[in-house]
This record gives sequence, C-alpha cells and structure tokens, in this order.
Amino acid sequence: MADEVKLFGVWASPYSRRVEVALKLKGVKYEFIEEDLSNKSDLLLKYNPVHKKIPVLLHNGKPIVESLVILEYIDETWKGNPILPHDPYQKAVARFWAKFLDEKCFPALRKAFSSKEDEQEKAIEEASELLKILENELNGKKFFGGDKIGLVDIVANFIGFWLGVIQEAKGEELLLTHKKFPILCKWIDEYVNCSVIKENLPCQR
Amino acid sequence: MATGDVKLIGAGASPYVNRVQIALNIKSVNYEFLEEKLGSKSELLLKSNPIHKKIPVLIHDDKPICESLVIVQYIDDVWTSGPSILPSDPYDRAIARFWAAYVDDKWFPLMKELWMAEGEEARAATIEKIVEGLVVLEEAFVKCSKGKAFFGGDSIGFLDIAFGSFLRWLNMTEKMGEMQLLSEAKTPNLVEWAERFCCDDAVKDVLPKTEKLIEIFKIMQARAKAPPSN
Repeated sequence: MADEVKLFGVWASPYSRRVEVALKLKGVKYEFIEEDLSNKSDLLLKYNPVHKKIPVLLHNGKPIVESLVILEYIDETWKGNPILPHDPYQKAVARFWAKFLDEKCFPALRKAFSSKEDEQEKAIEEASELLKILENELNGKKFFGGDKIGLVDIVANFIGFWLGVIQEAKGEELLLTHKKFPILCKWIDEYVNCSVIKENLPCQR
Repeated sequence: MATGDVKLIGAGASPYVNRVQIALNIKSVNYEFLEEKLGSKSELLLKSNPIHKKIPVLIHDDKPICESLVIVQYIDDVWTSGPSILPSDPYDRAIARFWAAYVDDKWFPLMKELWMAEGEEARAATIEKIVEGLVVLEEAFVKCSKGKAFFGGDSIGFLDIAFGSFLRWLNMTEKMGEMQLLSEAKTPNLVEWAERFCCDDAVKDVLPKTEKLIEIFKIMQARAKAPPSN
C-alpha cells in the first residue's frame, strides 16, 4: 500500500519548512496543504486539537504534531538519508542543540528584532551571546551534522535563512555580521546552497 | 558496567533529576550520584554543562549529556538489554514525545505560575488551567495506555517518567494550598496511575517525600525564588 503523506503548513513558517526539508531529503512524496492561520481549517483543528498549530504531518491518516517530534518521526519511519546520527551520544548531542535552538536562540533572536529601541541593545547582546555559542559549536565542521545536513542544521533554518531576510528588510546588519560570526555566516552560505534547501526557500519579498 | 563509568550530577528534590534516576533504575544501571547543594553549583557541573549550568547532567565514560528527556532517551538508546523506555513503533514514540513536551512546555509552567500567583483571583484562574491540563492528560492516558497500567503499557515508559516525576510537587502544591488538583472526580484514571507509578520498584526510592518538598518550598518562598527548574 502506498504511503499517504500530507503536510498542513504555512509557506512562510520556518517550522513548516523544516518538515518539508526532511521529507525532501528522504525523497518522500507529500501533499502540502497551505493553512490560513487567521482562519484555521476544520481539519487542522481536528488533527491538532491541543495546540491548534502547524505544522501537522498526516501519515496514512495519523497526525503527528510539533516540528521536533515530526522530524524524529520522519527519521524513524523513512530510513534513507538519516537526519540523526546513529551513535547514541552524537544523537543526544544533536537533540541537545535542537532544543537549545528552539528554546533559547529563536526567542532571543525574535526579541532582538522586535524590541523597542531602548531594549534593543540589550536584546541584541543576549542574542549575540547565543549565536557565539553556535559559532563555537560549528567550528571546523561544514554543517552542524558534519559533512551532511542533519537535525540541527534543519532546526537552525531560522538562522540559515530567515535571519538574513529580516536583516535585509531592516536595512542593516544588526546582529549577524561576517566580522562577528565568520563561521556561522559560512555555514549559512553552505546551507543555502545545499540543493534540498535551495528548492525549499520561500521567495524573498 | 562499572559504577565509575556512570555519574549523575543532580539533586534528589529535582523532578528533572528524578527522571534520570528512574530511567537508570529501569535499566538496572549502577551509577554514582553527585549531589549538588541547593543554591550553589559545583565546578564539575559548570564544566559539564557550561551552556545551561543546570542539573541533571549524566556523565557516561567522561562524556556529559544534558537536558533530562535527552538523557532519558540516551539511556534508552545505550542500555538496550533492559526493558524499553520508549515504544518501538515510530508513531507511538511520536505520541509519547508529544505529550512529554506538553507536560514540560504547557502544563508544568502553570504549576510555577501558581506558586508565584498573587491574589485569590489569579490563583483560582491558574488552578482552573492546571486542572484543565490534567483532564487533557487523563484523556491522553486513556488513549496511550489502551487499558493497561501505564502510559507506556504494562510497564513504565517515557511519558510515565516525564509526567510522573512531577507527582510529588503536585502533591506538595495541593497540601500547601489545601486543595485538590488531581481528583477522583475529574481524573480518576490518573489518580490510580499515580498510585501505581509511585509504588513502582524503579520509582519508589527516587521521588522525594512530599514533606521534604514542603520544607524546600518554604525555603524557596522565603528566598522569593521559584523552585529549581531544568
């Protein structure tokens, strides 16, 4: 029986994009259903009654929600091109960094770009410290996952793509400069040029 | 495995540390427990978890692993001869992970909100949200357990550990507030599950006594700080 895979998402959402990258990496065919978050579909509310959020992966009628949970599910279900390392310790390290990105980095980055002027300097400083940690973690590697894209690279898509877009929209390099973060900027270039990611970038507005 | 190979940096009162202890017990792993003192952080902790500087940290063959649920999954991945903590089916694993994230990201923060709440109205509103959350978890229990004793089935699993580690803190909150959060009326299955969980061999010597937590909570209140968080 052929797999039926659907993804409820939003084209502009990094969380939605993560799942698409993973599915594409694994060569999984899926149907993308664009949700209007201001008018959530009955199906979305049915499949994610607890959080009522995207992304929702529907595999043969069964819903899986929360992007990190979905990524692990995808990795465990479709074995080609693994996203997580095989070694338990390396796996734990990858999970640690994925959590760090979602729980610490992204909130700090969002705050840095949305803070009012008097709070912005402090917010940028806090975000910079976190980016520095990532810079140190990358040191010497092409990707967080090593030679190939892995879970952490996929989860770091907010930095990989959106950060540059936001900075461009604001008209200045507020945070992510080549001078301050040479390794992270190099990673972004590699990331954006990686073919799977390339197909998956929303058009810059 | 020699005792020297596995060390756990933690504190007995921390629910996050308890999760790791329970997981190690399930796998019958011998380990050295390095107790951190309340209010101070050892050199080893700061060196092993430089980013978060928090317990628990598992040190296995000198390699540190941080974040309680990451550690529990690591333990499950490494000690494969013992009973499994996560289910084998990817979909069931996803469900377990989803609910564990719900407990950590949605439900437990409400408990912290309650501890800090000022005024009767705020308290009442938070209590209502906590109970609503427990009702959601009650429904999850019915679905996950499929009529068996635990979220994980016949034996304790990932979600039992993730949620069960908070039971004594829940109990402490009920006693301090002179109210019921986990009730027979609204969450009968969870009430019975809680009893079974706390009596389980892997759990019974791990969870701190409610009286101890009351003492700690009073100290923390006096210091006007929230209880330890992961």
